Amino acid sequence: MMKRPFLRAMPPYLPVLVILICMFALNGLAEPNSLSAYALKGLVSTYLALMFLAVGQTLVIFAADIDLSVGAILGLVNVTLVSLMQALGDTAGAIMLSMLLAVGVGAACGALNGVLVVILRLQAIVATFATSVLFLGLALFVMPVAGTPAPRLFWRTFGGRIAGIPFAYFVLAALLLMIFLLARSRFVQRLLTVGDDQLAAFQTGLPVNSIRVRGYIMCGVFAALAGLCITGDTASGDPNVGGLITLNSVAATVLGGAALSGGVGTLFGSVLGALVIGSVGSLVFFLGTPSEWQNLVQGLTVLAALMVGILFSGKARA
Amino acid sequence: MSGALKPILIAAGLVVLLMIAGETVSPGFASPEQILRLAIVAALLGIVAAGQNLVILGGREGIDLSVGGVISLSALVAGNVMSGSDAGLFPAILACVAVGAAIGLLNGLGVTLLRIPPLVMTLGMLGVVQGLLVVARNGIPSGRAAPVLSDFVSRPQWLGLPGILWLWLLIGLAMAGLLNRTVFGQRIFAIGANEGAARLAGVPTQLTRMMLYVLSGVFSAIAGLCILGYSGSSFANVGGQYMLSSIIAVVLGGTPLSGGRGGYTGTMIGALLLVVLQGLLTTLSIDESGRQIIFGSALIVLLLFYGRSRGLQS
Repeated sequence: MMKRPFLRAMPPYLPVLVILICMFALNGLAEPNSLSAYALKGLVSTYLALMFLAVGQTLVIFAADIDLSVGAILGLVNVTLVSLMQALGDTAGAIMLSMLLAVGVGAACGALNGVLVVILRLQAIVATFATSVLFLGLALFVMPVAGTPAPRLFWRTFGGRIAGIPFAYFVLAALLLMIFLLARSRFVQRLLTVGDDQLAAFQTGLPVNSIRVRGYIMCGVFAALAGLCITGDTASGDPNVGGLITLNSVAATVLGGAALSGGVGTLFGSVLGALVIGSVGSLVFFLGTPSEWQNLVQGLTVLAALMVGILFSGKARA
Repeated sequence: MSGALKPILIAAGLVVLLMIAGETVSPGFASPEQILRLAIVAALLGIVAAGQNLVILGGREGIDLSVGGVISLSALVAGNVMSGSDAGLFPAILACVAVGAAIGLLNGLGVTLLRIPPLVMTLGMLGVVQGLLVVARNGIPSGRAAPVLSDFVSRPQWLGLPGILWLWLLIGLAMAGLLNRTVFGQRIFAIGANEGAARLAGVPTQLTRMMLYVLSGVFSAIAGLCILGYSGSSFANVGGQYMLSSIIAVVLGGTPLSGGRGGYTGTMIGALLLVVLQGLLTTLSIDESGRQIIFGSALIVLLLFYGRSRGLQS
């Protein structure tokens, strides 16, 4: 594809950054209060889960894989965490241990996906759909009906402030630090190399299978971290909490400039993509759209944003 | 040909095995009425899967994630146009086929002219259609099926079989004819196997691919109409469950997601297999979690029989 040098020099997340700034500007025009500290904190804490999920999804998409079970993993982690915290008590130590175990559950789910797709060579879309049915079944087994509350200490901390700064911002900072380190890691470079040309990567001696499996495991870990965030946000367990969020994680990744064909994209772009989806929701709300029209306007805006993102990323590869 | 036949035979064998297992565990599972009921449910899925099958055969990562939204919207539109009267059936068919074709056309335009990956385009379209559903459902009553439509779907009509099974059979024959005996069918396989070569050979690749998405929208709309007849009234999100089960039916039937290979006969068996498996799990007295766990595990095992891609070493 012919490209101007200007386009080659721009960071891959530039289109989504421009879209995000436009969204915030429109939000501000529609309702200045939507840019208040309070509203921004609400936006961040609601969409932290989607940001984590998008980062996980991006890692597998880097290697030209996909994971349609992230929402189900998030749901399984949510109910496991709430059940564990209920069983182990609500001391700080018990909560930390529960969180650790819940992240382990996410990693195990990711490992299963990795084995099925990479080692047993199932097609990623259908295999991860099948595991999402399995994970949903396990979540229903752990907690048959929604509504068990999370301990007070857990959600009070997530929704609270430390030294006057909302806790959600610390989580966001931790996420940004993680992706800053990941983006410079050999792991992500190798995922991108595998996604760019799997055969060439194999021929140059890269352990392609082990790299892809580790991508799935990390995706499971990030889905679990998203599960921790959603538990903090909803303060309860619900096996079906992961319903539509899987498709949003794919949309956020594509908005962020990653190609489904692998080898292209940035983790930072996907975080911005998740924020675009969140700010579209808030814009639709603040514009005073009648409630029954909100989903349609949001759907159209996300579709338009996806098109703009793909057309201007100059990497419109199918 | 034996290579293409193998997955179909495995799936058909599994259907028979599951029926025998069902009859053993719960006598009456393989009774004629029960088989008829399962066949009707399989026909509903099979009609959706026909469109999904075409889109997947066309290759270039072809997939249609908007089918569930189109089904729900079509059921809603049809239910309101006919609102329980037989006279309204024909306008209702026209209305929902138009809705399905329009959504399919938009998908096709996005995929071909704008070169948006199908997964992304149809995913975005799903969001739009779901929004449309909320708008449409607000302010209009949920429609009812015409008696003649309900009879068509669930009452035995001709030779003891309900009309929908004849319709499914007809679609099966039409798809086999289309794919094997027409120029259009050859073009689908050509663009699915190698789009560049097909274009050089003079195949109108963009137009052909666009048609596949239009047909997928139309098949989903017809399925939505039949699902309305099956359930009696159009309630919320009837189509949601069909998005991924239609894809699985295609894969179980021996059409890999990479496109260019496969056919619809296998997909019909794949739809039967999925429905019989779900029917068996419903019959067993286990709770929802157990059913989901077994269904998910069974899908994984079934997939191990099919569509495993080549390893790097080979």
